[in-house]
Amino acid sequence: MIAGAGLAALWLAAALSLLGLFLSFLHVRGRLEADRTVRALAIVQGLLCLFAFAMLLLVFARTDLSVALVAENSHSAKPFVYKVAAAWGNHEGSMLLWVTVLGLSGAALAALSHRLPSRTLIAALGAQAALALGFHAFLLFASNPFARLNPPAPEGRGLNPLLQDPGLAFHPPTLYLGYVGLSVAFSIAVGAMLAGEVDRQLARAMRPWVLGAWIFLTLGITAGSYWAYYELGWGGWWFWDPVENASLMPWLAATALLHSVAVLAARNALKAWTMMLAVIAFSMSMVGTFLVRSGILTSVHAFAVDPLRGSFILALLAIYVTAAFLIFALRARTLREGALFEPVSREAGIVANNLLLTVILGVVFIGTLYPLLAEAAVGEKLSVGAPYFNAVAGPLALVLGVLLAVGPLLSWRREGRPILKKVALPGLLAATALVIAFFAIPQSSMLSKLGLALAAGLIPAALLPLIGRNPLRTPLATWGMAIAHLGAAVAVAGMAADTAFTTEKLTAARPGEQVDIGPWIVEFAGVTPAVGPNWTAVEAELRATRGSGVHVLRPQTRFFTDPPTETNEAAIDTLLSGQLYTVIGRSDSEGRWQLRLWWKPLVTLIWFGGLLIGLGGLLALSGHGHRAWRRWMAQ
Amino acid sequence: MMVRPKHQRLALVILALAAVLGAVLLAMWGLKDRAAYFYTPADIAAGKAGVGKAMRLGGMVLKGSVRREADGVTTRFVVEDGDSRVPVTFRGILPDLFREGSGVVAEGRLAADRTFVADNILAKHDERYMPPELGNQAAEHKAGQTLKR
Repeated sequence: MIAGAGLAALWLAAALSLLGLFLSFLHVRGRLEADRTVRALAIVQGLLCLFAFAMLLLVFARTDLSVALVAENSHSAKPFVYKVAAAWGNHEGSMLLWVTVLGLSGAALAALSHRLPSRTLIAALGAQAALALGFHAFLLFASNPFARLNPPAPEGRGLNPLLQDPGLAFHPPTLYLGYVGLSVAFSIAVGAMLAGEVDRQLARAMRPWVLGAWIFLTLGITAGSYWAYYELGWGGWWFWDPVENASLMPWLAATALLHSVAVLAARNALKAWTMMLAVIAFSMSMVGTFLVRSGILTSVHAFAVDPLRGSFILALLAIYVTAAFLIFALRARTLREGALFEPVSREAGIVANNLLLTVILGVVFIGTLYPLLAEAAVGEKLSVGAPYFNAVAGPLALVLGVLLAVGPLLSWRREGRPILKKVALPGLLAATALVIAFFAIPQSSMLSKLGLALAAGLIPAALLPLIGRNPLRTPLATWGMAIAHLGAAVAVAGMAADTAFTTEKLTAARPGEQVDIGPWIVEFAGVTPAVGPNWTAVEAELRATRGSGVHVLRPQTRFFTDPPTETNEAAIDTLLSGQLYTVIGRSDSEGRWQLRLWWKPLVTLIWFGGLLIGLGGLLALSGHGHRAWRRWMAQ
Repeated sequence: MMVRPKHQRLALVILALAAVLGAVLLAMWGLKDRAAYFYTPADIAAGKAGVGKAMRLGGMVLKGSVRREADGVTTRFVVEDGDSRVPVTFRGILPDLFREGSGVVAEGRLAADRTFVADNILAKHDERYMPPELGNQAAEHKAGQTLKR
């Protein structure tokens, strides 16, 4: 019954998006005045998606084993929160979440975007409806989340224990809001190009949507990185896994877009450029969806291998990207040239930022897809991992960091004053840090030394745009920029510190033995059994001391029964100066236990930096909200 | 010098194309010696894999081959694919689902003595998950068993 209602809502939503597409086409061609109808359709379509998603949550909450998806991915004896979160811990459910966010994005665009010219808005809603239609078809024909089992299964197969973690409740929805939220920027760009209205007004209307999606994407990536860090027990925070790259690529494009849309809004320059980035950003989201959901790549996230699904998403991707590029190619020439700027100016700085981000995006894109192409073209099986990505993207990111210090200090149009004087202090700090790094940590990699030096200069440089201003009069957007740039500097500091200073120890110890790691002495007190709601575990007790005070860590190996699996649960002690990260392995016949310990100074800065970047975005977004509120009050 | 809007637009187009071209060249340079090729024990027996290059080795863990060294953290085992065998050493904690007789992918390098030194071991994450590289092999294996029956 519940599943039936959900499925009916999906069909109805699909029908409404078809109708919306049709009416918006007629409206843009001037055949029909359908402004209000198209907007109403978009809103109802979004709500129907939400209803369908709520129905999916309900069947999971009730463990309705007559629904195939529940039987495949849930189990009656599971903590309630994971029963609900299991709804999106699988292919069909996560695609429904994807489509729901897409529908709600369209609804929000219809309800909130009063600043867009009517023709652009209706064309954008048409584009959004076209996207929704394709992905609805994918759900209904290739990934029905509400498929029934007759007779119902006696018991569910359970959820992958790696996913039974609070991270699952937070990470995918946040990431999807970002991923799919970019569809609005895509649709607005397509709509504006169709309507021929690409100007400052459009950029101002587009910017909050880009900002909103980008904030969610930033937070989703940050959360995902921390989740992988503590859950996998490998001590790493970024593995250049194809699925991580799938979220990084839209982020890189969205970051470039966020900067260029600001140029368009402030200076009426970079018109075609900004439209192109908006198209690319959401295209990258679709590429990511294809990579993850087709299951063609080796990954924790690859739920199932099904060639039909892969081809279906690939076809959708090809259709939408080709259509958008075609519209771009036909209309970009008709756009008027943007305003002029000099080679040394804020605009030029942002162009350089965009070019660097594009190159990074390009190398990540090629590295991620190369294994697929090589296999398809010559049948060669290969993988591309951290050595490639660090070598090509690392140095580019450092250059981008240098630019980040200088760019915000430049003035619009042309910079008259000598810029080097302004960045003298950060430059000096960076140079000093580099010299110290060469003497203090000669054995660390060049990239990490340069990263530390960059961070030393970048942290003060990020705050320079705020110097000499009245803090209360400074626009929230400027505050947001400074905080987000500071976040980037802090994250770079964390990444470089982790690479340069981490010490690792792998050993087998008997209870009572001591292990040294960095400044710590860790005593292995012994192992005890432990029990959770749906697992049993072997739990080690580690007593870590550094000077005074004892820190007790309890890493576990957990055994799940449904499905039968073991997982390592790392125990992490977080201090201001860094994290002590411990994992317990297997025992041997001599009564020894494998222990793997890391001392990671300043590693938490990585995620703290990510949060700061998100906070900066929120500040800038609240500036938009504040202005909108004032306008509304004035009316 | 007088810059006109048209010139600026042209310059931007050229810059964008240069960035894309630059990315492609950089990626090609990076991929040349950093892509890790996937080999089976048969490939290694046939001498297809070069010594010292980053690669992945995939196959089945030979039953009864897993040995722990005296240091308690180094493991030796043999990866086989029916015809050929490759000895592997790995220093670290084995993944939870590493089992004798089941599929494994090892990341690492081939040492001069033709043993494979693994930096990382990937085993399937749950009973439904199988590294795609091994997917075909497993399917063929299964099909063979069904025929035998």
